[in-house]
Amino acid sequence: MTGQAAPHLDVDRLIDDRRTRIIVCCGSGGVGKTTTAAAIGLRAAEHGRRVVVLTVDPARRLAQSMGLTSLDNTPRLVHGLAPGTGHADGGNGTAGGGSLHAMMLDMKRTFDEIVEAHADPDRAAQILANPFYQSLSSSFAGTQEYMAMEKLGQLRRAEEWDLIVVDTPPSRSALDFLDAPQRLARFLDGRLIRLLTAPAKVGGRAYLKMLNAGFGMVTGVLTKILGTQMLKDVQTFVSALDTMFGGFRERAEYTYQLLRTPGTSFLVIAAPEADALREASYFVERLGQERMPLAGLILNKVQQLPAAHLSAARSLAAAEVLQSAASTAAKDRPDAAATSLAMVALRSHADHMEQASVQRRLAEAFSAAHPLVPVAEVPAQPEDVHDLDGLRAIGQAFGPG
Amino acid sequence: MATRDTDWDGVRLHVVTGKGGTGKTTVAGALALALATAGKKVLLMEVEGRQGIAQLFDVPPLPYEERRVAVGPGGTDGAGGDVFALVADPESALLEYLEMFYGMRHAGTALTRLGVIDFATTIAPGLRDVLLTGKAAEAVRRKDRSRGRVYDAVVMDAPPTGRIGRFLNVSAEVSDLARVGPIRGHADTVQSVIRSPQTVVHFVTVLEEMPVQETLDGIAELKTLDGIRAGGIMINMARPLELSPDQLRKAAAGRLDQHQLALGLKAAGLDDGENLAVALAVELSQQAKTAIAQRELQDRLAAAGQPCYELPWINGSIGLGGLYRLAAALRQQRAA
Repeated sequence: MTGQAAPHLDVDRLIDDRRTRIIVCCGSGGVGKTTTAAAIGLRAAEHGRRVVVLTVDPARRLAQSMGLTSLDNTPRLVHGLAPGTGHADGGNGTAGGGSLHAMMLDMKRTFDEIVEAHADPDRAAQILANPFYQSLSSSFAGTQEYMAMEKLGQLRRAEEWDLIVVDTPPSRSALDFLDAPQRLARFLDGRLIRLLTAPAKVGGRAYLKMLNAGFGMVTGVLTKILGTQMLKDVQTFVSALDTMFGGFRERAEYTYQLLRTPGTSFLVIAAPEADALREASYFVERLGQERMPLAGLILNKVQQLPAAHLSAARSLAAAEVLQSAASTAAKDRPDAAATSLAMVALRSHADHMEQASVQRRLAEAFSAAHPLVPVAEVPAQPEDVHDLDGLRAIGQAFGPG
Repeated sequence: MATRDTDWDGVRLHVVTGKGGTGKTTVAGALALALATAGKKVLLMEVEGRQGIAQLFDVPPLPYEERRVAVGPGGTDGAGGDVFALVADPESALLEYLEMFYGMRHAGTALTRLGVIDFATTIAPGLRDVLLTGKAAEAVRRKDRSRGRVYDAVVMDAPPTGRIGRFLNVSAEVSDLARVGPIRGHADTVQSVIRSPQTVVHFVTVLEEMPVQETLDGIAELKTLDGIRAGGIMINMARPLELSPDQLRKAAAGRLDQHQLALGLKAAGLDDGENLAVALAVELSQQAKTAIAQRELQDRLAAAGQPCYELPWINGSIGLGGLYRLAAALRQQRAA
């Protein structure tokens, strides 16, 4: 349905390639990212891969279908796989033998674990009890993205799985996933936060020098708007955290580099809607700049109509013929039923054809701007996907096409 | 103009929330238009800095400044009201307050350059929220020289459903902040507006599981926040399928009378009625499945006890014309 220029994205080839170790699904909110990540994970597992899917915010029923009941950071084995349905053996004769784990990210827990890993028990306890840390770890913009990255790094290091599929946090912008971790690391390492803790640390002349640099005004204003208690919390937090700063940076950097290694592939997920495709475009461009490996675009919710050969215009015209016939002639009953049924079918068809044509235009515009990005289209599903069969149905769009 | 009862008479601050992808900004825009009837002035406010309003009304990016973006639908006497728009960002709002309370305009600019403002709103997310809700509350309360209200209503395109409780529950949020001083006093004023009958929170959703669940969770959450009132549920992009319940069930089960459908198609002058009927029956079957699932979701929404409104599906970009259509639908259903 896209323009001729768009090459087909063969997701099967990606998941059957044993060198693929990480697949990151990104895209703006509401485009079906979580479902896509789960469908890819299931398909890969049924193709013989040992897969873990890291989700952030799955729909309740979908989570339940994968045996996930709470945010607990524990990969759970998903039951009900149909091993051997896949055709691939990855070239090394391991058909079957795949498995699927799924987990939901608990960002606070993940953050706590980093603290515990990098500080001695006393200091860790001190940090965990700090009010500023508590708000940072549960509601700071970007913490979720940072922790998703962190978790990804942990799963990769664990070497228990040969494929990790990551569903990125729901955010307006797909770019948040790349930017948030570094933003947080930068913030924790930043000039101002250093300045705040400086008096306690350096004292003496250096402190006086900074006063001249307007430090007094800065803290003055911060005290006015944030209050002394808050600033004190931040200060104790930062000095307690001091030994960990290096750790934070390193970890963020490690994961960022992981995203650049050859075993990582990005899939951009979008729906054929203007906003979602605009975000997808930004993301594709950004991945290019960052030299991060983009595998392609998965376009969800695409209208694929069995009666596509009947145009919207003809369909509407036919419905009008029936409409005028129904209003002018008194019809005998069976005929009236046939007429009204056909009218509903034709109008609904026309409506969906028009939607399909808008979708096609948007998809073509994307491919015109990014002619080298392979695209796979997933047909619109009649209902929300909430079981493995539903995920398998989506997986059918992932073949060589 | 004759007064006309709506479901939200007396409400002056309409907070519009919704999960990402449900069309929250569009519905907020349509609601602002719907409220801007003859002689009324409505302020449409955006707080997430993505220039959604400018795109919606097809105007250049908006500054931190109230500007007229549209004229409300005219009544029988022809004249419509005015929709003003404001893109509020925490930094500008904070500078405004620093100037108001400390006369610190220049210092404020220096602080911005140093990144202090950004830093402050970063370490205290509650501060951002107070500043943004504060701007809305200020617009609600603002009076002109003749002591009349400047705005008849303020519509806020608010953060998504997952964050709305925290966003509005300012008093809890700022308990960590300054305990005295202007920000504190300001927070108390904001609360007096938000927790009054003048303010309601509308939820925008589409008939899919996640957004419906978030809407229900959001309404339940508001109930735990004393005095913050849930408003209407705006069901966006509704596309009803005009089949009887019996036909719907049959169609979903793939047991639609294809012969009958073929007869109808032939009567419409479409040759090849038989083959076409097969293909169209498949389409209808899919659409019927969707319709049945949506029906269930609609029932769950209705059980939440808030008024539900349906906004029609509009194909492609909404455009100004589409916005007026949505506004008309809201008025017709007495949401405005």
